[in-house]
Amino acid sequence: MLRLPKFEVKNPATAEEAVAMILEIEGDARFIAGGTDLNPNMKHGLFAPERVIALNGIGELQGIRLDEDGSMRIGAMATLAEVTKHAELNQFYPALCQAAKLVSGPQLRNMGTLGGNVMLDTRCQWYNQTYFWRKSLGYCMKKDGSKCHVVEGGSKCVAAASNDTAPALMTLNAELEFVTTEGRARLPIADLWQADGIWNKKLPHTALLVAIHLPKPAANSHGAYGKLRDRGSVDFPLFGIAARLNFGSDGTIEDAALCAVALQARPWPLKKAASLLIGTHPGKDDFNDAVEKVANLAAKQCRPMPNIPGDHEYRHLMVPVFTRRTLHAAASDEGPVHHV
Amino acid sequence: MRVFRLHVNGDPVEVAAPEHWTLLEVLRYQLGLTGSKQGCDKGDCGACTVLVDGTPTLSCLSLAATVEDQQITTIEGLLPAHRAAGGEGADPLQESFDESGALQCGFCQPGMILSAKALLAENPDPSAAEIKESLAGNLCRCTGYTQIYEAVLAAAKADMHAAISTDSAKEVQS
Repeated sequence: MLRLPKFEVKNPATAEEAVAMILEIEGDARFIAGGTDLNPNMKHGLFAPERVIALNGIGELQGIRLDEDGSMRIGAMATLAEVTKHAELNQFYPALCQAAKLVSGPQLRNMGTLGGNVMLDTRCQWYNQTYFWRKSLGYCMKKDGSKCHVVEGGSKCVAAASNDTAPALMTLNAELEFVTTEGRARLPIADLWQADGIWNKKLPHTALLVAIHLPKPAANSHGAYGKLRDRGSVDFPLFGIAARLNFGSDGTIEDAALCAVALQARPWPLKKAASLLIGTHPGKDDFNDAVEKVANLAAKQCRPMPNIPGDHEYRHLMVPVFTRRTLHAAASDEGPVHHV
Repeated sequence: MRVFRLHVNGDPVEVAAPEHWTLLEVLRYQLGLTGSKQGCDKGDCGACTVLVDGTPTLSCLSLAATVEDQQITTIEGLLPAHRAAGGEGADPLQESFDESGALQCGFCQPGMILSAKALLAENPDPSAAEIKESLAGNLCRCTGYTQIYEAVLAAAKADMHAAISTDSAKEVQS
């Protein structure tokens, strides 16, 4: 039996009210969306807020809609299951839907939200454990201690970004709409992250993510997500990679984006590798040759650490395999890629 | 303490409990509905699955304070609902799990049945793959999955037969 710490629960009706509620007490307070990350973390003693602010009653955080300019607005409280089933999202942003569909299991996708997945805490095999387990080890620098058990003598936390949807949103150039005490602001998702596993976002946890905006897709945009995991369900990624390929009218790749996750504190864009695909022709040798080069370069740029479960050398060997498979799947609309 | 106004198995319920309690804790320790199991208690096993507005949800990771306006169905609610709808015996899924021997220790069974219930409500004629996918968040540590899948398939067929024979009877009567 794992008990939650004692806290009060607030149920605000607006985003502004929620932000005021998180700032008005001196002690720690947390927003709760689907509760699939915060609740187990609180049960493990990783957070002990005095106040929890439930976001499920805030209307503007709900729903998925197509805006007049052709962009999509996904409310931060839209569940991963809603994202997975949404017709337009599947048609125009396949990598995002595939990534959402590979998060955990059905119940957690019914509860977990896209906003929550973006704001997911980083994970480490020395951190996501019960209080008893962590105490026996002498804690770690992310919580209650000062040592890093991943990098001996390391001075910076290397807990890994493990949110499947983050790399997909990175390849789609998503913008995040936040409400803070200073008002509303939009932030390109690439600017959200910092290389610190203790808190891998540049905004504090008191900033409320209200919506994810996806720019109008190019006419012929394809994508896929590949996920390495132990089981076919209820597992965080051991390695994840999202791809977007934009085809020109003659089938040539005009633009490409790749982003990996489950490596270090932030999702890891592979811009140089993706650029090798531009000008090639899926289905022809030049594309296949470029994919091999991209896979090899990805293996050089992505260096899994022993921070999350799974042998890190095995995870490294799987980087080119999943990069290659995901790119071929994106080109042929056959994603997602997962081995179980 | 907070008075939660819940809707459990069709009935409005006012129940006082600590404000930080999960739905699972309120169900088990305040309402005595112990059919929802406290397994891993952190979202891995699915034994605590209940339906919230018909959707499979982990009650161990749901704060009671966030489900006050929604309809909660636990395993205890299936038989009364089935009887109230004019059915005999237990819910077809419960009957099917019984007849198929789809349990060993039984700990995962309430969660399995409720996940399957939501599947059949949305898709009355699921394929084996769809059944497997819909139960992917429910672990059976006895690893009795084959008979569990068979039980859901059999319940779907029984439901369809019942629906077909009801329709046929109506056609004959008209």
